Amino acid sequence: MPLITYREAIRHALAEELERDKNVVVLGEEVAQFHGAYKVTEGLLEKFGPKRIVDTPISEAGFIGMGVGASMLGIRPVMELMFWSFYSVAFDQILNNAANVRYMSGGLINCPIVIRGPANGGTNVGATHSHTPENVLANHPGVKVVVPSTPYDAKGLLKSAIRDNDPVFFLENTILYGDKGEVPTDEYLIPLGLADVKREGTDLTIVTYGRCVLHSLAAAEQLQKEHNISVEVVDLRSIRPLDIDTVLASVAKTHRVLIVEEQKPFSSVGSQLAFMIQKESFDELDGPIHRLTTVDAPAIYSPPVEIEQLPNPQRVIKAALEALA
Amino acid sequence: MPSPVNKKPSATADAKAADSAQSASPALSAPINQQLTKADKIALFTTMMRIRRFEERSLRAYQAKKIGGFLHLYIGQEAVAVGCCSLMGKNDHVITAYRDHGHAIAVGMGLNEQMAELYGKATGCSKGKGGSMHFFAPDRNYWGGHGIVGGQIPLGTGLAYALKYKGLKGAAMAFMGDGAVNQGAVHEAYNLASLWQLPVIFVIENNGYSMGTSQERSSAGDLGKRAAGYDMAWASCDGHDIYDVRATMDKFLQLAREESKPAVVEIRTYRYRGHSVADPDNTYRPKAEIEEYRKTKDPIQVFQQALVTEGVLTDALIESIDQSARAEAEAAAEFAEASPFPTPDDIQKDVYWEADHPSERKSQGRLFFD
Repeated sequence: MPLITYREAIRHALAEELERDKNVVVLGEEVAQFHGAYKVTEGLLEKFGPKRIVDTPISEAGFIGMGVGASMLGIRPVMELMFWSFYSVAFDQILNNAANVRYMSGGLINCPIVIRGPANGGTNVGATHSHTPENVLANHPGVKVVVPSTPYDAKGLLKSAIRDNDPVFFLENTILYGDKGEVPTDEYLIPLGLADVKREGTDLTIVTYGRCVLHSLAAAEQLQKEHNISVEVVDLRSIRPLDIDTVLASVAKTHRVLIVEEQKPFSSVGSQLAFMIQKESFDELDGPIHRLTTVDAPAIYSPPVEIEQLPNPQRVIKAALEALA
Repeated sequence: MPSPVNKKPSATADAKAADSAQSASPALSAPINQQLTKADKIALFTTMMRIRRFEERSLRAYQAKKIGGFLHLYIGQEAVAVGCCSLMGKNDHVITAYRDHGHAIAVGMGLNEQMAELYGKATGCSKGKGGSMHFFAPDRNYWGGHGIVGGQIPLGTGLAYALKYKGLKGAAMAFMGDGAVNQGAVHEAYNLASLWQLPVIFVIENNGYSMGTSQERSSAGDLGKRAAGYDMAWASCDGHDIYDVRATMDKFLQLAREESKPAVVEIRTYRYRGHSVADPDNTYRPKAEIEEYRKTKDPIQVFQQALVTEGVLTDALIESIDQSARAEAEAAAEFAEASPFPTPDDIQKDVYWEADHPSERKSQGRLFFD
């Protein structure tokens, strides 16, 4: 299987879906002539032309709202947010209009829009550009929220997202864009809402998603080597819909849980997970559910300190040992 | 009269409208109005009357505590929605804010499903899930019914984008109130519409007050003129005169359909009732102002007089139209009253397309949580 980057995997998904369905259109700031702020859409303008690959002004409320309206009439817009952090200026369009229009119309109107872009800290861009809003988004019934960790997952999930008839919010990661992974040349889809056990183990379940999957895998490797601890890593891949069954199956196997997420702790995705695990698998637990999050403060700029604010392999190891103590 | 509306240069046009009971509207000679048959005119008049009687009946239902939440009445603005929507072709679309009953009736939605929606019944146009502010009829190219001031304007721009993308000759009419012009999303939409030459008409229904704040206390400059900053055509017309509404809108709709040109049209109108039923309406405008509008500019009265003068309407016909409108509104209330409420089991339906089409579901995992 060819090794391609996470960035290329997303680009290939876009290109294949643009090819397949003439109603798919890519819009966003700098997606066309500039080739994407993170070069995700590089080459698409040349291949598909300016009708399908559209540069927008810096005007998120306007163009996201426009995409929502266009989707109601059957267009399938894939909107790039240069950073998911900018969702706040389009909040009304994303979470009042896209999330609610189907419900408020009694099911008469669909909104098959995809909004994608990076949502992560760790790049020393400060608090305004480092938001991870998956918990905020997933709090709204009507939307789907996907956070891929590998090139393979990113491609298969994005293709499913574009074909989905509900609004899907797709959260990428600038630090992962250059990561390489095996991606088949033949077409494949990964259904939304299907978790993936990225590493099997028997002593501890780490439930995680996004870049924290990589931190958790690195930590698991070291825990095995240095502490003889066998860690199972469950990658949720999709926050809503949520594959809680795979999580519970893992808990039944290991009886210990650590949630690792690049979220602020208060009302995070992990908060909901912890509630569900204790509610549905209380008797399987040999100890309290532990959680590792971003340290609860706005994202700090200072480069060496930001590494410590976010989950990282060393922090995961420490948290895992505490969970097993 | 202290209305800010009348302090604008448009006062002449308003005065003309007031006189139109005596003299014919200058807009009557516009080709789009010359085309109207006697039957067409009666139909327009009837729709305006049906809106008036529906709104009055819904207010009584609200006072009887049959309706929850807010209720923003369209009384006084009927010529705007009816005039604009009477121009719709197959590929023309409408979206508006929360004062949305008039537009729904104007595009042909039945009174039963609207009243039932207000009553929160399962037979309502949104199955009791939207309420007064959220009426939708996509089968009639009516895309709501939106609750956040100005939030629907980017969506309307998106309807126009979709028309252009698909190569359809149509236009979107995106309605908003005079308060919405100060929302950022509206300006973003203006820019996109002009930049990409999208076939959208932004219709400002200027009733003089954004909730309880008059135009002069709320907005700098002429509302329509802001279009010029975005290099868009704009005009202002008299919303008490349905002929003027039709003549003005027709011009811009044709430009939108044929040349994909956006525009802003400010339609000067007036509401007799408060912003919503929660507005006691006794602090921000004098009663005399409301009475003056009722007496001299009521759009139904103005049109009625014109049609009597034209020999289209007789007293007997007016009476019969009015009586049927009242009866229809009453029947809608009875329908709503007799209809069932949605059940608690319905709460989680219509959230996800996928959840409502289980046999076609592609995703896995849980969609709903407790």
